[in-house]
Amino acid sequence: MIRTLAVATTLGALTATTALAQGIDVKLGVLNDRSGVYADLSGEGSVVAARMAVEDFDAAAKGLNVTIISADHQNKPDIGSNIARQWYDADGVNAILDVPTSSVALAVADITAEKNGVLINSGAGSTALTREQCKPTTIHWTYDTAALANGTGASMTNAGGKKWFFLTADYAFGHSLEENTAAVVKASGGEVVGTVNVPFPAQDFSSFLLQAQGSGADVIGLANAGGDTVNAIKQASEFGITQAGQKLAALLFFVTDVHALGAQTAQGLSLTEAFYWDQNDQTRAWSERFMAIHGKQPTMVQAGVYSGTMAYLAAVQAVGSAKDGAAVAAKMKEADIEDPLFGTVKVRGDGRATHNMYLFQVKSPDKSTGEWDLYEQIATISGEDAFLPMLPECDFTKK
Amino acid sequence: MVPETAGMTRLHLAIFAVLLAFLIILPFFVYPVFAMKVMCFALFAAAFNLLLGFGGLLSFGHAAYFGGASYVAAHAAKVWGLTPELAVLCGTAAAAFLGLVIGSLAIRRQGIYFAMVTLAFAQMVYFLALQLPFTGGEDGLQSVPRGDLFGVFSLQDSIPLYFFVLTITFSGILFLYRIVHSPFGQVLKAIRENEPRAISLGYDVNRYKLMVFVLSATFAGLAGAVKSQVFQLASLTDVHWAMSGEVVLMTLLGGMGTIFGPLAGAAIVVTMQNYLATFGAWVTVIQGVIFVLGVLLFRKGLIGVLAQWLKRPL
Repeated sequence: MIRTLAVATTLGALTATTALAQGIDVKLGVLNDRSGVYADLSGEGSVVAARMAVEDFDAAAKGLNVTIISADHQNKPDIGSNIARQWYDADGVNAILDVPTSSVALAVADITAEKNGVLINSGAGSTALTREQCKPTTIHWTYDTAALANGTGASMTNAGGKKWFFLTADYAFGHSLEENTAAVVKASGGEVVGTVNVPFPAQDFSSFLLQAQGSGADVIGLANAGGDTVNAIKQASEFGITQAGQKLAALLFFVTDVHALGAQTAQGLSLTEAFYWDQNDQTRAWSERFMAIHGKQPTMVQAGVYSGTMAYLAAVQAVGSAKDGAAVAAKMKEADIEDPLFGTVKVRGDGRATHNMYLFQVKSPDKSTGEWDLYEQIATISGEDAFLPMLPECDFTKK
Repeated sequence: MVPETAGMTRLHLAIFAVLLAFLIILPFFVYPVFAMKVMCFALFAAAFNLLLGFGGLLSFGHAAYFGGASYVAAHAAKVWGLTPELAVLCGTAAAAFLGLVIGSLAIRRQGIYFAMVTLAFAQMVYFLALQLPFTGGEDGLQSVPRGDLFGVFSLQDSIPLYFFVLTITFSGILFLYRIVHSPFGQVLKAIRENEPRAISLGYDVNRYKLMVFVLSATFAGLAGAVKSQVFQLASLTDVHWAMSGEVVLMTLLGGMGTIFGPLAGAAIVVTMQNYLATFGAWVTVIQGVIFVLGVLLFRKGLIGVLAQWLKRPL
């Protein structure tokens, strides 16, 4: 009996050593925008974040041979899906990371499910990724438009901003952002005093801003993104809207955008993010290392790529192989994850990673001590409140 | 220009035969989906070249037919559940209809005005693609099923799909070749060279122009419809004006008014987009430099210069 046990242990130890020597091959593909409008908030920074995750996970010592490749999807779904297919078919990629731009993300999510890889999305905001088009192999980290709407809408209404006026970009994304936020505002006891649809893309917001100013609203919600939001904020600053007492709320905005505008122009702007570099010692320490490599502070998207990669590698190690994407994704959903950047993260059955979201306000220039000292934390929104509830048909853990 | 002889036709047919043989073995060496993308764009560029190179009409709105057809075909396959060949036919028919409507208005103007009218209509189609409920707005139409050809043969795998795409695009390109070398094509060239003389010879120039416009739109639509089946999506990229610009570049880079130029141009542009993707922000810079070099060194396009050098039309 004892002998058999001894033999078994030796055999076990032997197999363990061979497994360790051979290692588990993991190939990660960072697919994002590296030349267009989202290059700043994802781009090369996300690749840096993924590399840092591999380093911090101590992958080599744990028997994981991780390689990282990256490509530019130019925000075009056909280019993105072509690269994703090629990565899975020809290059042996196991997981795709980041993927901003919803149209590309949805296309890549489909292909990932078909090829049994894992998509850990950090850059795209579409809630469809874990709802209408949910897949067992999709993990959606960091944020979605509903979480941003919930964060900004509920917190600002509770803080006294009862009357809202929306500037809405006139396309599906703008309308859904406005609808989500308006619903939250009403549920929190606020009211919507007016809405104006702005053609997309727009350069001149003056007449819309004047309407908003004259509406008597407490909060002006900007249901748009990217260049439109930047233009609206710049012009609002020229009209002195925030100085006059109205609050400006950007419903989809990132720290790199605020940095580009500067505290002078963006002061008083409220926005929701999942991560800010200057939150606690851990985020500061990590961001300092990131800054040393990349030269900019990380965005929440880049931080999300880091955390998502860490969680993915842990799951691969636990499963013992990266080949079966569905199994790895299921592993990621098993237990709560203690993450250095996002705190406690729970990956739900539909692939939605939930964690705290934070409402920030941009500091005025006299309070800001450096070019990256931009935010003041106003409120914390718990994961359950921030994200939409799970659709029962999307709960892949119950099957 | 060298007059066309039976020898020329033989040369062209020989090149087509070599090309076909090459395309048959291609998917076993390169990634099939990439090869299919090249073929779709080759057909698109060839269709555009029919209008620009042989009809002398510069349309700046061909994305409308390409993208419009890809939306209709994607919708037909996804929502109506049609088989791939019927979905492609629906898309193509939609593009032909669109071409007829836009073409009948646009051909009343010439030169820059013609280009602007086509661009204006293409922008309207873009607006519709952005706003209509069935198009999915900026997310586009996603997860279009690949379906079964004639309801029998599964196209799930890349190789059967490749041969489906090869059959359609290659026959499309051969058909375009036939059009160019038909009496109709001769009249087109006459109109391109000297429109008043063609009128004085008794040709109803506007009818010919409209016909070539519709034909070009139809084949551009065919390419777009096939593309939507390959990538399983239709998106705003396909109807954006940049797509209209891209096809102009493909045609010019390869050689406008040549048979094989647009095919070469499409292959070059798509290959660049695909293989330069890893260079990140440098993609657009490299593309720009290549285009500048192309325009400086190959004024008539790659194939155009080659044809001049060989003293044979290609």
